[in-house]
Amino acid sequence: MTDLTALSYTSEHEWIALEGDIATVGITDFAADKLGDVVFVELPGADSAVSAGDVCGEIESTKSVGELYAPITGTVVEVNDAVVDDPSLVNAEPFAGGWLIKIRVEGELPGDLLDRAAYEDLTA
Amino acid sequence: MTETPAPPRTSPLHDRHEALGASFTDFGGWNMPVRYTSDLAEHRAVREAAGLFDISHMAEFRVEGEAAAAFLDYVLAGRLSIMKVGKAKYSLVLAASGGIVDDVIVYRTADDSFLVISNAGNRDAVAAAFETARATDAWTAALTVEDVTDHYALIALQGPEARGILSSIPGVEITGTALDELGYYAWTEGAFGDAPLFVARTGYTGEDGYELLIPVAQAAALWDAALAAGADRGLVPCGLAARDTLRLEAGMPLYGHELSRDIVPAQAGLGRVVAVDKETFVGKDGLSSGPADAPVLVGLVSEGRRAGRAGYAVLHGDDTVGEITSGALSPTLGHPVAMAFVAPAASDIGTELTIDVRGTRIPATVIALPFYRRNA
Repeated sequence: MTDLTALSYTSEHEWIALEGDIATVGITDFAADKLGDVVFVELPGADSAVSAGDVCGEIESTKSVGELYAPITGTVVEVNDAVVDDPSLVNAEPFAGGWLIKIRVEGELPGDLLDRAAYEDLTA
Repeated sequence: MTETPAPPRTSPLHDRHEALGASFTDFGGWNMPVRYTSDLAEHRAVREAAGLFDISHMAEFRVEGEAAAAFLDYVLAGRLSIMKVGKAKYSLVLAASGGIVDDVIVYRTADDSFLVISNAGNRDAVAAAFETARATDAWTAALTVEDVTDHYALIALQGPEARGILSSIPGVEITGTALDELGYYAWTEGAFGDAPLFVARTGYTGEDGYELLIPVAQAAALWDAALAAGADRGLVPCGLAARDTLRLEAGMPLYGHELSRDIVPAQAGLGRVVAVDKETFVGKDGLSSGPADAPVLVGLVSEGRRAGRAGYAVLHGDDTVGEITSGALSPTLGHPVAMAFVAPAASDIGTELTIDVRGTRIPATVIALPFYRRNA
């Protein structure tokens, strides 16, 4: 069970788990619920550079398309092929098997990341 | 001048939806369930077993009196006067220009009485069209048009198990034509306890099923009884998200997407709905002067999982030839499907087109609608 209070969040409904300089990124249960059943995920390629705040992927449900924003600046070191093969993992396990990409962080973390309490306030 | 928009209305079943954990969306000015659990699971339930939908947002009008049939022949595109009591018919409300004001289902409840069910978002427009038509001098005989939406809830029970479930709901009694003799696009009457129940074999999912009109006071009890009776047959409550993918697979138009005042029936493949040989009807003059090269509605299929969505451009070679009006990854078929208006020259079955999916060209082939047809 993921400790949700140990994660950082963005106002675009991504979560970030930081271990050393590697950030694992996914979308929150709130975002997954709003999208509905996810049926297609497009992620940036491994080794691609991403910049905080820029669109780096897409998450499509039967009803709509959501954009994936890079929450931090860095280089993508791993993408979750399992979620590309089975996008329903985003709904079933948004904080675990539904993770999307791992980024090697470059430079400072953005100053506007939210802790769990602030994120819960945002989505209340 | 600014006006505060009216808050969205809620269905008589709203507390049931909240108790079931539904997510809600605004639709046609109503706050309605978009899903209870999963769009895909709800969609699948309707194709394989059954789903229960609250469609109380839809509007109902009673048109009654000696002139009712002649009036509907005038204000609607079809010829309703030849429909037999007990039957239902899909029809259109047209503007004078021939553009589509709404699509409706008309049920003949007696020689001089009809029930017209219209879309929630067009309730006022339909009422206005009826009122305008009624104000002409032609109606010397008795005619009343009453909006009865607020008196009823409308519940759709759809899917291959629908008949079995409806027959097994405690308290539901069919007093008119028996369910096993009721044809598609026909209705029968019954009761739920003391309440009158109008049972129509119609729907918007591409499956067999029923739409149940029940007075507001008894609606929640019927909803609960239906869910309980259907639980062991796979019945689940379904939201508007599943309703939309179901109707899309069935090639059924949605007002505001495939239908609008800027679209005439023939463009949307609904020419058959218009009885053009009627002497006079609203929209007749406009229809006779439409452009010959107006875009037409087609079905598009693609491979992969990336779906074109409403508003995306459709191209033939490098030329933009049209625009998608509805699109999704078809839950039943497993590939993307879309409806689009395209230039007639690009509309032949088998034409290879592309869809601009946010900058990526996705190949798409024109096919005949519907995408999905149930086994009869």
